[in-house]
Amino acid sequence: MSEVRPAGARAVARAVAWRSIHNFLTNPAFLAPAVMFPLFFFISFAGGLAAIGEVPGFDFPSGYTAFQFVFVLLQSAAFGGVFTGFAMARDFESGFGRRYMLAASHRGGIVTGYATAALFRAVVTWAILTAVALIAGMEIGGSGVDVFGLYALAVLVNVAATMWAAGVALRVRSIQGGPLMQFPTFLVLFLAPVYVPLDLLSGWIHAVASVNPVTALLEAGRGLISGEPVLVGLAFAIGVALSALFALWARGGLRSAEAAG
Amino acid sequence: MSGTLRDQVGQLARRSVLRTLRQPAQIVPALVFPLFLLAVNAGGLKDATNLPGFPTDSYLTFALAVPFVQGALFSVMNSGTDLARDIETGFLNRLALTPLRGAALLSGLLAGSVVLGLVQAIAYLVVGLAAGAELAAGPAGAIVIVALSVSVTVAFGTIGLFAALRFGSGEAVQGLFPVFFVFLFLSAMALPLDLLTIDWFHAIASVNPVTYLLQAFRSLLIDGWNLGELALGFAIALAILAIGMFAATSALKTRLVRT
Repeated sequence: MSEVRPAGARAVARAVAWRSIHNFLTNPAFLAPAVMFPLFFFISFAGGLAAIGEVPGFDFPSGYTAFQFVFVLLQSAAFGGVFTGFAMARDFESGFGRRYMLAASHRGGIVTGYATAALFRAVVTWAILTAVALIAGMEIGGSGVDVFGLYALAVLVNVAATMWAAGVALRVRSIQGGPLMQFPTFLVLFLAPVYVPLDLLSGWIHAVASVNPVTALLEAGRGLISGEPVLVGLAFAIGVALSALFALWARGGLRSAEAAG
Repeated sequence: MSGTLRDQVGQLARRSVLRTLRQPAQIVPALVFPLFLLAVNAGGLKDATNLPGFPTDSYLTFALAVPFVQGALFSVMNSGTDLARDIETGFLNRLALTPLRGAALLSGLLAGSVVLGLVQAIAYLVVGLAAGAELAAGPAGAIVIVALSVSVTVAFGTIGLFAALRFGSGEAVQGLFPVFFVFLFLSAMALPLDLLTIDWFHAIASVNPVTYLLQAFRSLLIDGWNLGELALGFAIALAILAIGMFAATSALKTRLVRT
């Protein structure tokens, strides 16, 4: 009888990612919201608020469509991670997650697999969002390297959000933890300069946005798309730091799920 | 209304109201989420008042109309999810064995939406005014705002009932939520209709009934008494209510036949 060797972390990750991606692509209930929500945000903001580009003091060189595109891109990156957290919570609630835990020799591969699926679903959304934005006449002032930097930032946001959601999902192990994953993400995104640059904000929202790390990500992303990079180093440092911090949070969640049996 | 029908509606209304009040998960998001967006939008879009033609110098006053409509959208989910649960648990099947009339069932189930609409409207108005929004129509305007808000909430509630009866699943009702948000997004939610400079967006917002619901609320907040806009707002709410009730009644008949 041949010896059965335990699968390595990469094989576990590949198997988990494949199942999650398959579920995402074949179930319209998962695919449609992931694609439609960012599109409607983009259409609503870029279309319905275009006149904001004429407000005195608003001088974004690539226009309001590009200004909003960056926000929606980063938002969809974050929500790609959060929605994957929902899938993870659902799997643990239904008992499938426990079967993963029993079968996988390298349990870190489970989280890596979900993270790979989160990135895949974000990339699908970005492709559609970018196509719609270009059709809508979005101007890109940045070079190819700048645009690559923008999408790299989005990848970091996606990884950070996935790790955050995974940490919650693995601790709560029920879809009832959904609001815990979603609401803080929504909050931190909308307490940034969403509609106008930071300089045009005033009052409490300016004070909050000034210390919100998402502000640096947004400003760097907007600088990259317009070809006038600002805060790029800080934004990447924040993206890497958040990803690392939430990876530790997710690892703690994995330990919690293991302890729960 | 005959005594029997009134009793039937009363019993189901009581159950619906208690059920709504006992579920903070239904009430809290419907209160907190719209108020959070109001705070963010009022802060972030304050400079929009500098645009030529903007109707007020307070964006908070302008934006205060949005929570009333956004909160009403939650009643699609709340009323629909409650009824879907009754279908999934077999409670509707048991009701079908009683002499209960369909009209009593639907009217009674909407009582929860009435309460939700009332709580929401008062909360949005109190928080908005406390934060510095203006109410040009005065105290009588506040009463009309609450009445309009309840009407819109109940109207959207009928759509939730229809969805629950048609699909019979809470998950399907929840899935409708983004669809209704599209109506809000593609309206004059953030800027007045005249300031929507993108032609296709202006065209969609012009035929979107949500735009005119928002304008009815705004007329009381910004202008005072604009009877034309108010009448249009109430007429749209009543039209949605009539269409929703008709659709829900038909779906109920189909479901009971199926049962």
